[in-house]
Amino acid sequence: MEITVAEALVRCLEQENVNLIFGYPGGAIIPVYDALYNSNIKHVLTRHEQGAIHAADGYARVTGKVGVCLATSGPGATNLVTGIANAYMDSVPMVVITGQVPVSQIGTDAFQEVDITGITIPVTKHNYLIKDPKQLSQVVRKAFHIAATGRPGPVLIDLPKDVAQAKIKFTYPRNIHLPGYKPTYKGHPAMISQAGKIIMESKRPVIYAGGGIRISNAAPELKELAETISAPVTHTLMGLGCFPGDHPLFLGMLGMHGTRYANQAVTECDCLITVGARFDDRVVANIEGFAPDAKIIHIDIDPAEIGKNVQAGLPIVGDVKQVLGKLLPLLKKRKNADWTARVQAWKKEYPLDYIKDGALKPQFVIEKLYESTGGDAIVVTDVGQHQMWTAQYYKFKEPRSFISSGGLGTMGFGLPAAIGAQMGASGQRVVLITGDGSIQMTLQELATAMEQGLPLKIFVMNNRQLGMVRQQQEYYCDKRYMAVDFQFDLDFAALAGVYGMAGYTVKTPEQLVDMLPAVLASPGPVMVNCLISGKENVLPMVLAGSNINEAID
Amino acid sequence: MTHTLAVLVENTPGILARVAGLFSRRGFNIDSLAVGRSEDPGISRMTIVVEGDDSILEQVTKQLHKLIDVIKITDVTRDDFVDRELVMIKVNTETSTRAEIMQLVDIFRARIVDVGPKSLTIEVTGYESKINAFENSLRPFGILEMVRTGKVAMLRGFKSITISDHQKREETN
Ligand SMILES: Cc1ncc(C[n+]2csc(CCOP(=O)(O)OP(=O)(O)O)c2C)c(N)n1
Ligand SMILES: [Mg+2]
Repeated sequence: MEITVAEALVRCLEQENVNLIFGYPGGAIIPVYDALYNSNIKHVLTRHEQGAIHAADGYARVTGKVGVCLATSGPGATNLVTGIANAYMDSVPMVVITGQVPVSQIGTDAFQEVDITGITIPVTKHNYLIKDPKQLSQVVRKAFHIAATGRPGPVLIDLPKDVAQAKIKFTYPRNIHLPGYKPTYKGHPAMISQAGKIIMESKRPVIYAGGGIRISNAAPELKELAETISAPVTHTLMGLGCFPGDHPLFLGMLGMHGTRYANQAVTECDCLITVGARFDDRVVANIEGFAPDAKIIHIDIDPAEIGKNVQAGLPIVGDVKQVLGKLLPLLKKRKNADWTARVQAWKKEYPLDYIKDGALKPQFVIEKLYESTGGDAIVVTDVGQHQMWTAQYYKFKEPRSFISSGGLGTMGFGLPAAIGAQMGASGQRVVLITGDGSIQMTLQELATAMEQGLPLKIFVMNNRQLGMVRQQQEYYCDKRYMAVDFQFDLDFAALAGVYGMAGYTVKTPEQLVDMLPAVLASPGPVMVNCLISGKENVLPMVLAGSNINEAID
Repeated sequence: MTHTLAVLVENTPGILARVAGLFSRRGFNIDSLAVGRSEDPGISRMTIVVEGDDSILEQVTKQLHKLIDVIKITDVTRDDFVDRELVMIKVNTETSTRAEIMQLVDIFRARIVDVGPKSLTIEVTGYESKINAFENSLRPFGILEMVRTGKVAMLRGFKSITISDHQKREETN
């Protein structure tokens, strides 16, 4: 029996175990929506395509599954671009399906025509324009495979309307042919044994672990590695949660807003075991001053990350979990008493700190959130100071419990990502920590959250400004503040009410402490407008050009 | 240093845009890029000449490999190879210079492919330095127009840059 390509697409999605997709319809994608009508796949209608793509992203980050997003041609497709780039930078597996004008109209500047495959080449792992109806199932099968394997990433499929309406005989391919795509999973044995040697010979090892740990589910191996060789662990923003935040060997985040002790440990270590991280400029700061005395071991699944920013003495290309699995048996239990003592002393001497003067401090809000949840929550952030304070002051316990836009730093990611996260983890508490700037970029998704009945707990760190930019202007522009203050005072508690959500405003530490248990215990969605001081900075801070251990505070 | 890469790619629409975009996006310089079918109709072969030290070349190669449609990359400059480029030059001629130009054509083993009342169109193939020398020797007569295909290259001897039958059949599941 023949079915339409659109129907076949839905069957393909079912074959890939997709049960939830986020999207927004329009003319060119109508055939696919028509095919969804009879499917068990749940479709979540957002209020903006950017909301759909970030929601699919948050869903994918929490579940580890491929997030799926649907949009129409033209403006629908271009509205996805930020979210696709966001997923690409943080290696999030996604399949994005866009409608396209009929094949005969492609290239004619037809109504709502845009070359979305052309536009997204730099921000997708791969993309396809399906011109031949017979290609559909092969392409979908390949798209899911490419998105989820190797270093994950978004794959876009552009589907012209007439192709979607064409009839085909449906079969789902079991095998696919991708001669140019062969991720390396097993690390080179000789390199692994050499790494074992370097580690055992080192006196001052540090583990620098990134989002690759979460992606390859290697948190247990990471913990075993750290405990076996008594090496302190520092995380990138993307890594947070993989190593327990309350573990004595944990140093917190490193880099531009990292802890002093993490940055000092990296600077003085003689062996830097880099796992699933990519020496991003926000981590490394001045390259010459980064881990100057260390032999650098770099374990990553993406060969192109090796030697891109920092030359590694010993590169190992492979899946982090598999490589660590092979490395661990080569290591002997050891204590680096001197080194450990020094690192612990730095931890005591230079803790993260802020001035407690009775005002409602954002750091305090995060600390209280951690205490009240016991770390038992999925925490989603937006982008700005509040994001950094969350990374610094919340002690994440579990992989996939911290969801944040790292590589692209996309304001507006938070709310839709929290929606996706909550839909992927329905029994769990999802807390969104956002900024008064960020949340207004995708504010319309409050309606989506309400429509889906999601009990999100939203904390708006309201400093009435674009705090992070204000901070940069303070340091780099001699306090010439330009375009960072919001003159209009938006009442977020009242706004919550408009959406039928409970809303509160807190101005003092006492108010926050009083209200937090009830907010977190509430079965429904709540928005808390935290009126925090507008002068607070994220500290420590490594200024441009400095080494990571030369932060100011 | 200049490297000549032989890149085998799946013959898909958009592959040229993917490769060219990658170079400009990552700030790698292409000296020349030539593309056409290989011995296998499903596979195109690009010859890309890039300028850069070893670390740049390593990044170029690795980034190219990340493109799903790129199957195989060989730096022929690391081995014994032959390379050729085809050039057409339209040169200004006067009655007085025609004979001299035709002599040069002979010396360089070039060919005249079109004759006009005031011009000659000359085709020459060869390695780069020969072509450059030919171009320079024509310059005084007035080069009206020139077009170069960009370099193509092959390894010497029995060694070849192809995709094994095994690789062709191999499937992922
Ligand atoms: C889409 C987007 N536009 C601009 C920026 C630049 N930017 C980074 S942080 C920031 C301020 C964020 O303000 P807010 O959400 O209120 O957070 P705060 O820093 O005040 O905590 C801006 C504008 C960005 N990251 N993303
Ligand atoms: Mg703000």
